[in-house]
Formats: sequence, C-alpha cells, structure tokens
Amino acid sequence: MTTSSASGDRKGLLIDFTLCIGCEACMQGCREANDLEVPPPGAPPPEALNAENYTIVLPHEVNGETVYVRHLCMHCAEPACVSACPVAALTKRDDGAVVYDGDLCFGCRYCMIACPFHVPRYTWSKAVPVVRKCILCYHRLDEDREPACAAACPTGATRFGPRDLLLRIARERIRTQPERYTDHIYGEHEAGGTDVLMLAPAKFAALGHDAQVPHRALPELTWFVQKRIPWVIVTGSVLLGGIHWVVHRRMQLAKEGADDPATGGASGAHSGEGS
Amino acid sequence: MRIEPRKLITPGRVIIAIILGVGFFLTVRRFALGLGAATNLSDQAPWGLWIGFDVVSGVALAAGGFTMAFLAHIAGDRTLHPLVRPAILTAFLGYLLVIFGLIYDLGKPWNMPHIFYSWNHHSAMFEVAWCVILYTTVLFLEFLPMVFERFRVEKAMRIIRIVQIPIFIAGIVLSTLHQSSLGSLFLLVPGKLHPLWWTRYLPILFFFSAIAVGISMVMFESFVSSHFLKRGLELRLLSRMGQYLVAADLLYLILRVQDLTARGVWDLAFTGSTESIAFLIEMGLYLTPIVLLASARRRRQPGFLFAGALAGVLALVANRINVSLVGMMGASGASYFPSWQEFWISATLVLAAALAFGLAARYLPVFTAHEEPA
Ligand code: SF4
Ligand code: SF4
Ligand code: SF4
Repeated sequence: MTTSSASGDRKGLLIDFTLCIGCEACMQGCREANDLEVPPPGAPPPEALNAENYTIVLPHEVNGETVYVRHLCMHCAEPACVSACPVAALTKRDDGAVVYDGDLCFGCRYCMIACPFHVPRYTWSKAVPVVRKCILCYHRLDEDREPACAAACPTGATRFGPRDLLLRIARERIRTQPERYTDHIYGEHEAGGTDVLMLAPAKFAALGHDAQVPHRALPELTWFVQKRIPWVIVTGSVLLGGIHWVVHRRMQLAKEGADDPATGGASGAHSGEGS
Repeated sequence: MRIEPRKLITPGRVIIAIILGVGFFLTVRRFALGLGAATNLSDQAPWGLWIGFDVVSGVALAAGGFTMAFLAHIAGDRTLHPLVRPAILTAFLGYLLVIFGLIYDLGKPWNMPHIFYSWNHHSAMFEVAWCVILYTTVLFLEFLPMVFERFRVEKAMRIIRIVQIPIFIAGIVLSTLHQSSLGSLFLLVPGKLHPLWWTRYLPILFFFSAIAVGISMVMFESFVSSHFLKRGLELRLLSRMGQYLVAADLLYLILRVQDLTARGVWDLAFTGSTESIAFLIEMGLYLTPIVLLASARRRRQPGFLFAGALAGVLALVANRINVSLVGMMGASGASYFPSWQEFWISATLVLAAALAFGLAARYLPVFTAHEEPA
C-alpha cells in the first residue's frame, strides 16, 4: 500500500447536492474523459453505478422537492480497496486519486467486497474483465487539468480543489446557511475520511448514501492481525518443535525404561502393499 | 489392494462421465464467454459459490492434514498414525481443488503470477495467496513419501525421513496462518458483514473451526473410503477421533458463544431473518457432534460416529457460506443464488478430487496395514 501523504497535498471534490440541478453534465464529461460507452439516445438512465458509469446522478424526493444525488468513488484517505488488493493493482496517489492498473489485476474482486461505499464495478460480460470505478481523472490531473466532472458542472455543485480548502468551504456553508444543509459533511469522517466530500439538504441515509459506514480507517483492522504473522511463525515453530522434542523424549525414556520391543507403526515405513 | 474383475460400463461410471463431460464443456464456456455467462455474480454479489464453497470452505475441509500431523507426529498420539496419510492426501488434493476453484473464479487467472512480484503485504488476500502456494508445496513434500515408498526409492526416503518433522512443523505453521487468514479477509468489512459473524476474532474462530472440521473430515473420509474402496473400518481409531471432535467443537463453541455474548448480539439470532435462521442452523450443526458423541458408548457405534463427522463437516460449510455469502447479503441489497453452472463446476471439481483420491488409494501406500476387519 502506498502511504498516503499528508492531507495537505491531497485534492478532491466537494459535491453540494443543494446546487445540483440534475443536468448530468458530469456523467457526460466523465464518459468522454474516460472513454466510457455512450448510451444510445432514449436509453433509460442507469439506476446504480456500473462499469460504464463511474458516476451517476439520482433524483430523490425529499419534502416535496427533488434532490439530485451524485455517486462516485470517495477516494478514501486510507482506502479499503487499496489495502485489499493482493497484487497492488489499486493505489492511492499522493494527490489523492485512487487509481487502478488493469494489467496487474487478477480479478479476485476483493476490492469490491472491501469498499465500504459499494463503489468498484466489474465488467462481468467480458472474457477478459477489469474493475471499473472513478479514478479522479488522474490522467487529467497529470496535465494540470481538473477532473472532467468538475469542469463540466455548470453550477459549481461539483468543485475540485485541495481537500483542506474544500473542507473549510463545506464547514463555512453549513455554518452560514444552517437551514439549507443537514449538519453532516459526508466523507469528513466516513471510513476515516475521504477526499470526496458531500453536502446535502437532508440526511444522507434518506438520499441513498450509506450512513452506516464506520468512522474509522478500515485497513487497520486487517493490519492489526497481519503484522503479527512473523510472531506466529517464530513462536509457532519453536512451540511445535518444543512439544515434539518433549513428547518424543518422554516416549524414548519410557521405552528404554520398559525395554518393550513392541514399537508399532511409528515411522509409517511399512510394506508397500495394503491389505 | 484387491482388484475385483469389473464390467467396463457401470451406471456409476456413466454418471461420472456425464458430470465430467458437461463440466468440461462448461469450463470451455466459462473461459470463452466470461464470468457473467457462467455465474449469477453481479456488482452487488461479487463473490459466490466458487469463493464461498470451493475456496473458503475447501481450505478448511483440507484441514485434516495439519490437524493429524499435529496430533500424531508432534503431540505423539501414535495410535493415530494410520490416519495421517489419508489425511495428507485429502489435504493435498483439497488444496489442488482450491487452486482450480480459484482459476475458475478469478477474472484473469493468467495474471496469478503477479503475486510473486507485485506485493501488498497489507492485504489478507495476499496472505491467503502465499499460504496456498507455500502450503501446497509442503503438502506435496508430505505426499512424496507415498510415491517414493511405492517405487522403492530408498535414498529419497531416507532424506525425507530426516526432514519429515521440520516439514510437518512448517505445514502446521502455514496452516495456522492460512486458516486464520481466510477469516482475516472479512475483517475489512465491519459495515457489510452481519454482526452475527463479524468480529475482530474472525481469524481465531476460523482457525479453531478448521481444527474441528479437520477431525470431522478425517472421520468422514474413513467411512467413505471404507465403503467405496471396500476397506475395513478402524473403529477404535474413529472413536478416539470422535473424542477429539467433541473436544474441538466444544472449544470452538465456547469461543463463539463468548464472542457473541461479549458483543451483545444474541437478540439478532432470534429475529426470524434469513441471517438469524442461517445462524441457528449453523449452531445446531455445531452442537450435533457434541450431543451425538459425548458418551463413550455411542462413540463405539459406527452410525453415531458417521453422523457426528458428517454434522461436523456440514457445520463448517454452513459457517463459511454464512460468512462469505449469507452474512454479506444484507448490505449488498441484492440476493444471490448460484447458477446451475456454478454448482456443476463445483461438483466436477469435487468429483475429480474424489477420483484422484481413489486412484491414489489404489496405487499408492496410503492406507498402511493397520486395519481391523469390518
Ligand atoms: S470509495 Fe471504495 S473504491 Fe473508492 S477509494 Fe474508497 S474504498 Fe476504494
Ligand atoms: S479484483 Fe483486481 S484490483 Fe480488485 S483486489 Fe483483486 S486484483 Fe486487486
Ligand atoms: S473524477 Fe473523473 S472519473 Fe471520477 S467521476 Fe469525475 S469525471 Fe468521472
């Protein structure tokens, strides 16, 4: 796992559902920037993230008003998916993006199991499948351009910037307009903090975002156990060797004491034939 | 080994041929058309029967190898020696089955060698993969003496005998890591795995349940091989194993109950939800061997021994399926049930392993001369 750098260097997105008008420009921008399939005209809009939609916008009725809610990879500070991937096909870059290398991936799908936000998707219908998820347009970040969805957003509902700055902006908005927002910045603490932050006019649970996500960095849970492996190997070997020695020493002494010729089939080196 | 004259075409062989033939066809189809065409897996249910049964249960069902190596060779229960070789053979074949199961399940199995140079030692899956590789190697070394002995390669036998104990120790340590690492896989999903199963102690629980099922499997396969290979039943040994099974299941249940109580989740067990029912079935199966085999008198009866062993095996499979599939369902919001092709391929793999066992039992000195008349 690449160690994530100090949060000061990390960039991310601030997505304010109160500003979103549901135009889906982010979805289109994302498709173009990432060579995703363009749905045929008239096709029903996707109801969940899928391999051809790294992000979606879903309408929710709240108190008679429609709230448009975006979904995408949260770019966790300590991503469960990255810690899960056995071959390091997923990595967290210093700039915050959680990216994927399909050439390394062997397709165990543990990342999909691990992600607390239910984000990674798989190209199930392909004979040579890959994992698909938002990659924070890292190819654009490398060219000093902002992610396509942020660039495409006409209202500023999706905004790109350093996480620290975005967090300050989010706090400021809640402080100055408490009637407009629910007092919760989604991603501030979820899964130990994420580089994508969200603001909403209503509880996130009512808007299709998982509010049960634990507020701690998940990779620790595994590491707490994994780091004990060397200890298990050393102690285990010594212990087993010790038990073997003691037991067999006792048997030998007993045998010498009794001088009993009946030895039984201990070595397993009996005749090759069975019955 | 007696070889009775037999007809070439028997109903049993026809069934075997059909299962393997269709299995072969489905294999080609799986790799030509991808996972989507063969399985009911989806973005909401990325893991299915092949992971839950073939891999996660398969590894545990192969636990007889290290359990017997420990009991007979390290702890020195010499009476159990005749059971060690069948257990090691089962474990070896079991691990090969797990590897084949993985080849079917991985999206890009040809990228498996990446595990050798693209490391992420923070991943429990990384540990799982390395344990599969290393322990399969160790099992191969533990299996070799049967081959050397059969072909009377005296020199190799001498060398193997010198390193035998270190190899057994390496195997036990690796198994400890591997069995527990399968539990570690699920540590990462406290928000997704149902609280009846998610606990920080998953790795430890997986380890102790592996010991219990290792014992059950050795008993179970003694019955099966005595039936199919027309061998005698080592009743005295089996009732001793029954004793170990009761102890191992008791120990496991104590740990389990202790954990459930400490986390205060017992009320979830009686809500009538799918999870609670699956949980109660699992617990019932774990209690069965204890109830059946607690008395020494019953431990002398083959019927009770067989039922106890079978319940022990089923309890483990129920637990692993519950952890990897049933317990994960609620959070995913989708229900998954395996496709017939997933079932068929799993059955093909199990059958292939069973046939390999039969062949090895016929041509290699797997069962040494410690039989009682049935
Ligand atoms: S949201 Fe999921 S996929 Fe995205 S970085 Fe976090 S764990 Fe990985
Ligand atoms: S599916 Fe690929 S990217 Fe995901 S954890 Fe497995 S190897 Fe890594
Ligand atoms: S950051 Fe890029 S990849 Fe991610 S949703 Fe926006 S446009 Fe798509």
